[in-house]
This record gives sequence, structure tokens and C-alpha cells, in this order.
Amino acid sequence: MAAAPKGYDGVVITTPVTVPYTRYSPEGAAWWTGRALAELARGAGLASHREIDGFVYSSFSSAPDSAVGLTQHFGLSPRLVDFVPLGGMGAVASLRRAARAVQMGDAEIVACVAGETNGIHSFRHGLENFSRFSQDGVYPYSSGGPNVSFALMAAQYMATTGATREDFGKLCVAMRYNALRNPNALMKKPLSLDDYLGARPIAPPIHLFDCVQPCAGADGFLVMREETAKAQGLAFARLTGGIERYNGFAEDPIQLRGGWGVDVDTLYAMAGVRPDDIDVVNTYDDYPFVCMLQFEGLGFCAPGEAPEFVRAHEFTFDGSFPHNTSGGQLSVGQAGCAGGHLGVVEVLRQLTGQAGPRQVKDAKLGLVSGFGMINYDRGLGSGAVILEQGSMA
Amino acid sequence: MTTPFERPKRKDPLVRTELPLTPPGGRSRAAHLLTRAAARGQFALPRCRACGTVHFPVRDICPNCLSTEIAMAPAAAAGTLLSRTQAEVPALPYFRERAPWHVGLVQLADGPQVIAHLHPEVAVGAAVRMHLKLDKAGQAVLYAAPKTAEVDLMTDPKWREMVAHPLHRRVLITDARHFATPAIVKALKAAGARKIRLGVPEAWKPFREAPLYDGIEGVEILPLDLTSDRSVFDYASDYGGTTEIVINTADRVRAGQTLQPGTLLPAQEMMEHIAFGPMRLAQALAPALIGRGADGPAAAAAWVNLLSIHALAPLPGHMGWSAAHAAAHAFSQGLRAELLQGGVKLINLYSGPTEDPWFQTMIPPKVNGAALARGIVKALTEGLEELDIGPVAQELRERLDANPKAVERELGQS
Repeated sequence: MAAAPKGYDGVVITTPVTVPYTRYSPEGAAWWTGRALAELARGAGLASHREIDGFVYSSFSSAPDSAVGLTQHFGLSPRLVDFVPLGGMGAVASLRRAARAVQMGDAEIVACVAGETNGIHSFRHGLENFSRFSQDGVYPYSSGGPNVSFALMAAQYMATTGATREDFGKLCVAMRYNALRNPNALMKKPLSLDDYLGARPIAPPIHLFDCVQPCAGADGFLVMREETAKAQGLAFARLTGGIERYNGFAEDPIQLRGGWGVDVDTLYAMAGVRPDDIDVVNTYDDYPFVCMLQFEGLGFCAPGEAPEFVRAHEFTFDGSFPHNTSGGQLSVGQAGCAGGHLGVVEVLRQLTGQAGPRQVKDAKLGLVSGFGMINYDRGLGSGAVILEQGSMA
Repeated sequence: MTTPFERPKRKDPLVRTELPLTPPGGRSRAAHLLTRAAARGQFALPRCRACGTVHFPVRDICPNCLSTEIAMAPAAAAGTLLSRTQAEVPALPYFRERAPWHVGLVQLADGPQVIAHLHPEVAVGAAVRMHLKLDKAGQAVLYAAPKTAEVDLMTDPKWREMVAHPLHRRVLITDARHFATPAIVKALKAAGARKIRLGVPEAWKPFREAPLYDGIEGVEILPLDLTSDRSVFDYASDYGGTTEIVINTADRVRAGQTLQPGTLLPAQEMMEHIAFGPMRLAQALAPALIGRGADGPAAAAAWVNLLSIHALAPLPGHMGWSAAHAAAHAFSQGLRAELLQGGVKLINLYSGPTEDPWFQTMIPPKVNGAALARGIVKALTEGLEELDIGPVAQELRERLDANPKAVERELGQS
């Protein structure tokens, strides 16, 4: 077994920003990303956005530009760039890379941004060009995209664990409840369990309200040393643990668990906490059953027992297990790679008391998990971070 | 859940003919290893020559040992259904028009898990029989069928998209004077063809086989001469809207070596009959086939060429004839790409020397009419692109695949 990773001592995360999402946008990804960058500089009280000396960028829609081209576009002169177009893993990967760079002195202030545009045909083009295996082996089979791929997993997850559509619906209904207290959420109408159950089938067992709505938007946050945050007077959270795993459990014939199980003990050992200690959880909710895979993989319940766990808890921000308190992608919208950043930004808001009407009471410890990149028959990426409320003292 | 494929109702002239759409055509270069196997009706999977690992989708490099020595190997067409769904609102119009579209995740007997088109009547956990087919875009796809022999795959409209079955279709045989025509008619009738039109060139000459077709329902004899612009134009005007399968039987066998005096004129004539004739017909008729590629359940489906394997390596003593077949072969590959715009398949049959009377002096084995007819129906019902008929063609193909230069030297010395 590999040696335990060192902690992220002295590294903090601050300044959650969201450029409010829109269903479609005629603007390019650079426009959305640049606005997030401006918000980060303004929010952190920087004299100029040029003080940002690290830029970690996540996007599916920035082509032909990567992070490097955008430095010139934005007039940045960073000494660290990284381009992590990893979908639902983009945020966890960005945060871990930025944290190590700051910890080791390779950069002072790192902006982690996901910025995406969404044109009328962007989603279909994304399906077509997502990956080589997808082009060769998924898209020609009904062009159903992730709905079909995840339906194949969800159907088997239900058959294996006894999960029901009511269980999925309970999570979705709670997310909508939370979203109605988030002005940035695209979904503005309440959702009842009956609405959920009565929705039209997309690729059974996936129905309409199991699917995210693709949109344009941007989210970002800053990673810096604790003393820098304090000097700027910024509310912050500490990064106390983080894991990533790609192509975990590759031998499973069908994906009924993500890769979290490989590394979950490391995650909690790094942070020195247990699952029970966590006050607010944001999972990657491209589909509600994927949230349940995360409850199991991250130790909130035993493998295969998420259905009972869901039945035993309330998932609203004011419930017994505050979950996806912004409304999640299912109710806020999925702005490409920003779908991963959504959770980090939200938990940061919760831990720094900026969550307004959906504030979780006494939220001191948060967990954000990432998942994604369904390359062929399964999601390849899984990861998580634990954030802890920082005190200004 | 599935119903028998009944003869389609008469077309309503007030209803607009649906335009053909195709599924996605983009594939990596490596994925075309599957195309080659599917075109020939083989079920094969990529396998590492170094460590033997079978993988899917096709990779450039083995995921087990990182060897680049990946080759297709015959595989067990067997598996178990792990999970299934159906896309109700797919992104592409081709699929959306045909929704719900059934998709399954299959555990193959040889190792990998694969996403496959799925017959509607397979339960999760059941054994499946796998097929590697060419879809309407001409690209290789996997299809999982029930393992039980009783299920008629033609009951699944998605299967029917991947084959060009003669059932309920109207067929043109371009040259009814071809020696195999009686056998082809018999085989197409047995396969359920609705109408078979027999084109007779030089109609002023007696067509002595005509009585063979007396009383066979749906057979129609009409003048058609592929060397005549007018004749081809007339056929396309009268029957372009009601021809779904073309069987191109154009041939003209005349012996002659390259340096032999007096072989130029016969070579030109063979070129005219074998290469330019079908090209002429394609120019008149193929646009109608393409336009009718989605015209109902028995839409335009295929163009079949009876070629010689000597299109690929010339037959000693028959240089002009081989060259004409080579030209026809080259034309056919261009035509294939154009026909695919309408989802219409171009099928080439490659045979060795046949029972054609002009091969009188040739030593057997020779391909008879029944073998050609069986090959045509097999290629149509299975949706193949290439099929070698008879031992001469099959043997020559193997030798060509192994070393075309050896074939050239060996034929030159024979």
C-alpha cells in the first residue's frame, strides 16, 4: 500500500463565486470564465486580477483554447497553469492541484475556475465528440448519451439493492426544495414526488427529473495560504483531506460502485474525522442514483444500503442529512465542468456563512465529492475533499 | 412485443416520402477493424497477439500488456445480458424517428462488456447471441439477439435496418441472359421478394429462358440494355420509384492476353458491358434508391454486383475481362459511399470462374448458378458488404490477404 499522503497544512479555500447560469448563451467560454475571474478578484479585494499567479481551468467548451491561451485573453501572467477538463472531477482535481502548488510555494493565489458556454447544439456536439470510446462504442447505439449509459447502471443498481424510483425522487424533491432558496438555480418551480414519478421516461429507469439540464455558467474559488486569506480579511475553509481515483474497480462487470471505496479510508484519516462528523454533503448528482453510490462509497452507509439510508433521512438543507444544498445540478443546472465546481462553491458558502436562506445551521465540516467522465460503460473518475470551517482568530 | 414483418400497405400518394437519415458515421481508424469483419459477416473481436487479452472498444494498444500488436480474432458470438434500457428521446433524428431504441450492456463470453443494440425480447440475465452488423451508416455495430433459435430477428425493425432482406422488396436483375438468372429468381422468390424484374438486353434476340418464368408470381420480363442511355433512362423513369434491390448481373466473358493481337476491341466491349453499363445504370437509378432509403418498411435497400475475384488479381488468359471487373470493382467502391447517404448497401460478390458458357474450356471447380443465388440471398439477408463465392475465390482471397505479390507472381507463371 502506498504511503499516506501528507496533509494540506496551511492551505485554505476562499471566495466562492458563481456567474449566474443561463440555459443557452451566445457568448463563448472565455466570456463566462473571464467574468468569474473578475468576480474572484473583486471578492478577494485584490488590487488587480493580475495578482492571481495560478490559474487552474476546467472546461469542455473552451476549444480551441486551453488554460494557456486564456492567460493572454485575460491579461494574466501566472507562474502556474493547469487545464483539467475532467467534468465532474474537475473541481476536486483543481483543488488538490492548486492546494499542493500553494503549499509548496509554486504559487501564491490560485484561481480555480470552470467556465462553460452552451449553444443550441452544444450538448449534441458534446455527445458526438466526448471520447473516442464514446464515438466508437456509445453514440452509434441510439445517441442516447449519458441517459442511456446511466440507465443501464441504474436499472441494475435498483435490481441489486432494491432502490426504488421513490428513493431517487426523494433526493430530487429535496434538491428542488433547496434550489428554491438559491437565486442562481435555473429551476424555479417546486417539485413534488408525484411530479417526479409522473415524469416522462427518457431511458427507463431514467425519467425526466433524473436528468440535469445542460446550461452555460461559471463557478470559481481561490486557493491560498491561510495568512494570505487572513491578511485580505477573507472568510475561508481549510482543505483537510482529498482523494482521486480513475478507472477504479475496473474489473466490475457493471458499475454499481464508484472508485471512492479504494481511497475512502485515506480521506477520513487525512482529515481526522468520521463520516458522522460531516455537517453538509454535496455529491455529484448527474443522476440521483449516483448520489446513492457516493453515500455508499464515502461511508455514510454500507455498500448496497443507500436505499435504507435515503428512507431514514431528510436531505433538505434543514434536514437530518443536508445534501446538495444549492439544489445540485439537478435543480441548478449543469454547466459542463462547472457541475463539479458547484458543490465546492456551495460547501464553501455553507462553511463561511454565505448561504443565505438555505444556510445549514452550525455547518463546520463539509464534504464534496466528484464523479464523472463516462468514457464507455462507466464513470471513470471519483474523488472527494473534506473542508473545515476556518476561524479568523 | 414484436410482430411479424407483414407486407407493407400500399403507399399513400398524399403522404410525403420520408427522407433517409443515418446513424453516426464517425469512427476511429482502429474501429474499422470491426467494419472489415462485419462487412464479411464474421464475428471477431480485437485480441492482443502478445498476451491474448480480448478487449473492447478497439484500442491502439493492449490494456493488459501495452503491446501494439492488436488483431481481430474470431470470437464466441455469445454473452449474457447484464442490463437493458430503451432510449425514448434520442438526440439524433435517425434514432428519434425509430424510438424507442433498445440498448443493452452485454457480458461477452470472451471477456469484455459491451454496449449493443438489443432485440426487444431479451431479459436481463439471459444468454444472447451476438452479431456484428453494418448499420445504415455502413458502420460496424454490435447486436444482441435472443439465443433461442425460434426468434425471427426480422420481427425487430432495428434488425431490419441492418440487413437488406429481399422480403417484400422489388428486385431488378439487370441482365436476365446471365446464366444464373433462373437460380437467382428461385432463391429471391423463396426469400420473399415481392416482385422480380428481369432486364433483357438486345430484346430483338430471342429470350429462350422466358418460359422458365411462366406462372411465377411477381416476375416481369422487360427490355433493359445497360449499354444504352435510352434504355437505362426508360427503366429509371418507369421503375425508379419501385425498385428496392438491384442485382447487377452484367458480364461478358471473352478470352485474351494483353499482348495477343486483336484483343483490344473485345476488351473495350467488355469494359462497356461490365464497367460502364452498371455505371450508366447507377447514374440513372441510384439517386432514386438513395432518395427512397427510408421509404417505408421495405425501402430501397441494396445494390448487388456479381463480380469476379479476378477483379483483384487477373485471371491468366483473360486480361481484358479481369480489367473490366477491376474497373467495375473500383466504380462499386465509389458508388458504395454515395449509396450510403441513403443507407443503401452496396454488396459485392466475388466468385471464381463460373458455369458461364464462355468459360467452357476452363477446368473445374466452377461456380454454378445456385451458388451465386445462395450467395446473393445470404449477403442480402445478413447485410454483408463482401462475400466470396466458391473455393477458387475463397482460396485466392486468403492468398491475397497474406501476400498479394506472391499471388501476382504465381498467377503470372500459371
